[in-house]
Amino acid sequence: MQSTRRDFLATAATAAGAAAAGDLGARAQEEEHTHDHTHQAVPSDLALRVKSLESLLVEKGLVDRAALDSLIDTYEHKVGPRNGAQVVARAWADPAYKQRLLMDSDKAIAELGFGGQQGEHMVVVENTPAVHNMVVCTLCSCYPWPVLGLPPVWYKSAAYRSRSVIDPRGVLREFGLELPDDVEVRVWDSTAELRYLVLPERPAGTDGLSEDALAALVTRDAMIGVAKVRAPREGGAA
Amino acid sequence: MNGVHDMGGMQDMGPVQEEKNEPVFHHPWEGRVFAITRSMSAWRKWNLDALRHQRELIPPAEYLRMSYYEIWLAGLLELSVKHGLVTRAEIESGMPTAGSAKLTPTLTAEKVPPLVAHGTPASRDVAVAPQFQTGQRVRARNINPVGHTRLPRYARGKLGTVERDHGVFVFPDTDAHFLGEKPQHVYSVRFAARELWGEQAKPKDTVVIAMWDDYLEPA
Repeated sequence: MQSTRRDFLATAATAAGAAAAGDLGARAQEEEHTHDHTHQAVPSDLALRVKSLESLLVEKGLVDRAALDSLIDTYEHKVGPRNGAQVVARAWADPAYKQRLLMDSDKAIAELGFGGQQGEHMVVVENTPAVHNMVVCTLCSCYPWPVLGLPPVWYKSAAYRSRSVIDPRGVLREFGLELPDDVEVRVWDSTAELRYLVLPERPAGTDGLSEDALAALVTRDAMIGVAKVRAPREGGAA
Repeated sequence: MNGVHDMGGMQDMGPVQEEKNEPVFHHPWEGRVFAITRSMSAWRKWNLDALRHQRELIPPAEYLRMSYYEIWLAGLLELSVKHGLVTRAEIESGMPTAGSAKLTPTLTAEKVPPLVAHGTPASRDVAVAPQFQTGQRVRARNINPVGHTRLPRYARGKLGTVERDHGVFVFPDTDAHFLGEKPQHVYSVRFAARELWGEQAKPKDTVVIAMWDDYLEPA
């Protein structure tokens, strides 16, 4: 194991120089991303290293450039939280579907055409007036890709991974959500290959809405469990 | 391994900062690293558990300072070299070793949609008896392996209740080290927040952790 660590120092050291935000450095990261990405004007050391690696792997026949493009396109344009929002809206609109969703999440999600990579074993957990569910992966970054897409930086950050289990209410407060003590905050740590989707509470005043209109209210954060879904008059689609 | 990746319960990591309208990838190279990693895994020289463990082996100070996809890149390079797909000299030069054979990529563009749609299930359709029953009180074992484990430190030695049996899955502690899949049951185990953190936690709050048979003992 010692030699492995030394090897790492050798390869990781070059990567270390680049300007990308540290997992820990949430403050630095925010600073970086609220600026105008001027650091992109000149290709970073990392950009060059990755370009060189890709050329090498293509040259050796280890990767197919069209496959890389297709994977990136999939997660940039096809798979994302709008999928999960459709699942939630269907559950709100159709009580029988909701039952199936809670009992056999994989099958019910597949009814809407979603599933697969990093969502092979889905567990849908329902928020109620008595229980508020919230999802984390303290050990890495496990997240239900087929319904939410790839995770945001904050979900993968040291701050979220470390604090969600010991101080979930403090984390929720930072997202603007204050819950009374008589509500159970139930945190799901994604330690296995189970992937969790929070079924948020349907907001009041949405009785007449179509499934599409309901889906438009559902946010990614509500399906991770760090927010509630707000009614339209509260600006729910924001 | 009691590494820095095992972050649950650590403090002073700063506030959680959400970025408005966050892009999927912040730089094009991040997307390339993501896609290259998926493609290289398709050679099946390693499994997901080994990949996770390789990232955990990044020295702690480096791990904390690196961005997410830098960690992915470092893990990918190490595994690719370790399993003979590339050499360090090739990575340095960006050129294949003279005279080396050109392979045919395993993951081609037309195989991407089925890969995305079906994934790689970690469940196993084998008859393995569960060691624990729903509703049973259990204790998470106090183990400190130097290899890979998905039993977080903050849960070790703590009492919880089996809430649900999810069936049989590959066991990461052996799989990560190519010592076999050792399929066994995975359960949702619910712990009172006060059991984990003491009186500072709110009395009703709980944490549910997915646990394999080998992580548990009867309470």
